Amino acid sequence: MSVAIRASGISKRYRLGRRERYGSLRESLTRILSNPFARSKASQGEELWALKDVTFDIAEKQAVGLIGRNGAGKSTLLKVLSRITEPSAGEVTIHGRVGSLLEVGTGFHPELSGRDNIFLNGALLGMKREEIRRKFDEIVAFAEIEKFLDTAVKFYSSGMYMRLAFAVAAHLEPEILLVDEVLAVGDAAFQRKCLGKMEDVAHSGRTVVFVSHNMGAVNSLCTRAIWVDKGQIREEGPAQQIVQHYLESVREGFEIGNAKPDDKLIFERVVLKNRAGEVTTTFRGDEEIFVEIHYTARQKIPHPHFIIGVSGPFGELFTAAMTFDGITPDAIEGEGVIGCRFKPFLLLPATYTIVIAARGADGVSQLTASRYDAAFFSIVGLMREYGFDAPGADAVVSHVNAIVVPYEWQMPDGSVRAPRLRSS
Amino acid sequence: MGNIDDATLSDAQIIEQLPSRPPVSVTVIRPSRGWVPINFHELWHYRELLYFLTWRDLKVRYKQTVLGALWAIIQPVFTMAVFSLFFGRLAKVPSDGIPYPLFALSGLIPWQLFAYALTQSSNSVVANKNLVSKVYFPRLIVPLAAVLSGLVDFGIAFGVLLVMFVFYGFVPSPALAMIPLAIILTIFSALAVGLWLSALNVRYRDVQYTIPFLTQLWMFATPIAYPSSLIPPQFRAVYGLNPMAGVVECFRWGLFGQTGGSFALIGLSSFVVLLAFLGGLAYFRRVEKTFADLA
Repeated sequence: MSVAIRASGISKRYRLGRRERYGSLRESLTRILSNPFARSKASQGEELWALKDVTFDIAEKQAVGLIGRNGAGKSTLLKVLSRITEPSAGEVTIHGRVGSLLEVGTGFHPELSGRDNIFLNGALLGMKREEIRRKFDEIVAFAEIEKFLDTAVKFYSSGMYMRLAFAVAAHLEPEILLVDEVLAVGDAAFQRKCLGKMEDVAHSGRTVVFVSHNMGAVNSLCTRAIWVDKGQIREEGPAQQIVQHYLESVREGFEIGNAKPDDKLIFERVVLKNRAGEVTTTFRGDEEIFVEIHYTARQKIPHPHFIIGVSGPFGELFTAAMTFDGITPDAIEGEGVIGCRFKPFLLLPATYTIVIAARGADGVSQLTASRYDAAFFSIVGLMREYGFDAPGADAVVSHVNAIVVPYEWQMPDGSVRAPRLRSS
Repeated sequence: MGNIDDATLSDAQIIEQLPSRPPVSVTVIRPSRGWVPINFHELWHYRELLYFLTWRDLKVRYKQTVLGALWAIIQPVFTMAVFSLFFGRLAKVPSDGIPYPLFALSGLIPWQLFAYALTQSSNSVVANKNLVSKVYFPRLIVPLAAVLSGLVDFGIAFGVLLVMFVFYGFVPSPALAMIPLAIILTIFSALAVGLWLSALNVRYRDVQYTIPFLTQLWMFATPIAYPSSLIPPQFRAVYGLNPMAGVVECFRWGLFGQTGGSFALIGLSSFVVLLAFLGGLAYFRRVEKTFADLA
């Protein structure tokens, strides 16, 4: 097996002038570094190692997931691999043509038509004009925007925009594909479509490096995973195992915290608990799941609508939405917790993602951006423990969205047979 | 995978048609130190991106403005009218024997190419920060595309100049070859300044506020409203340090034959342009690695 990417001892250092009590790292970086006076102080100021002595090999035709918390250095690593930013030390050798997709729709211009943007975005991603022309119809069909090809993309719905942007990128055919968190955006249908395409790519014998918070996707797309923590590799190995270890480490809940300055609400943290009230990220398939959203309301918000959903590897499965049931708190202000208990039902072994959203009293206006990757949990156990006895059941389960409703088969001879499922 | 769908079938066919795949390219990424040479091979490889970015700038500009390409005519023509009235008619500024409006326009047209290209390229890296921080491509493409998009306006304005020529019954001089030279010099002058400023602008956003001010002062230091023959001979050498002085005289030379310009002036200006351009190129290459982190 030959090596596609060999990274040895890569480090990336950022210089910080002073510690910022608020704001994102990027904001403080730009603020400090764009101000010449602060910069002169910054050189003797604090250093931040986004990556420190990272060494790994990625074999040709392997699909590798990069996982870890926000700010662990995954995206920086991907930026170094895609040559957007230079490492401060170390060396990377890459064998093959690299295509990177750090954002869907890079370079899309709102004033230009869908057609123009396909060419522009394609060229940016490194496609030749001839190549774009050849794949043009395919891209348009994939994006389902035939009728709006000559409309400026500023008039597109966000769904159309995303589909088009992903369609161009999906038709990129590099030998090595680097993908960052593109699946964290868009609606469930879009995510499913992207995942399907990503799966094609991963299984088509190309080398894929995939950064994601969607553990289900990492599990189903990648054979290997690298867990990055505080700028270093914490563990690497088979995807299933690494994802499991990572999830076990996120005991105290999933920090979210970043909101836009004008958001009325901040999602601080999501905590998952089992029936006994213990914080956990692993559940049995027939166990109840209690989801807690810790929030801070920056002002008094009357009748906020919370939505908590659960997505499987292939899209959204079920939700509890105040926008449907109309059960809302009278008003919230300051810090608080809202919880939702999903009563026991049968969910098959896989990794699932929690989706959260908050709307105003009208049920429409967003209080803050929806989070499609707020938290993760995995359902553990073997299929036969849940009553599925077929010999291949454990191999098949990772390829389906596995929420099970009681059912029975009607056989050709008219007899009715039902599996003895262990659902409550 | 169970069944073969259309996509995999066509992939298989493509592979069949290309039995010998090109050798695998090897990229080595390591921290750069000091001066970085220009990778011409890579720039050539990305030539289509240069085309698309130039095309985008043009298309967006013409789409967003009601008058579109008319602006390319309105700006020089109105400025010419104002100059002709105040400098030509009232202040009686000499114009080397050429009708003053024609004289002013022949200075304004290369100047506006320069000013536009300089402004656009100086802002280019910051304006395209979403690209720079998300995709890899040779960063030089960004200011280059910004400069090239100015050529279309120049072409339109040049057409106006030709109409004026006919109107005044002028015949272009035999020194016509000086015109392309002047255009090349303009592009390089703008790029020379643009490379410096676009790179500095990433670090110090103050730069973008100095650009309008800079171009305004620079215009008065350039023989647009007045001929360079007005400058006392002993100061001509210093005057030639302004590359646009040489460019404008070179352009007029191509149109009207030799009037105020001299080979010495144009030579000095070209030399200054070359130095500034090479310096800008070196500086840009040296700091471009920080663009993604700072922009």
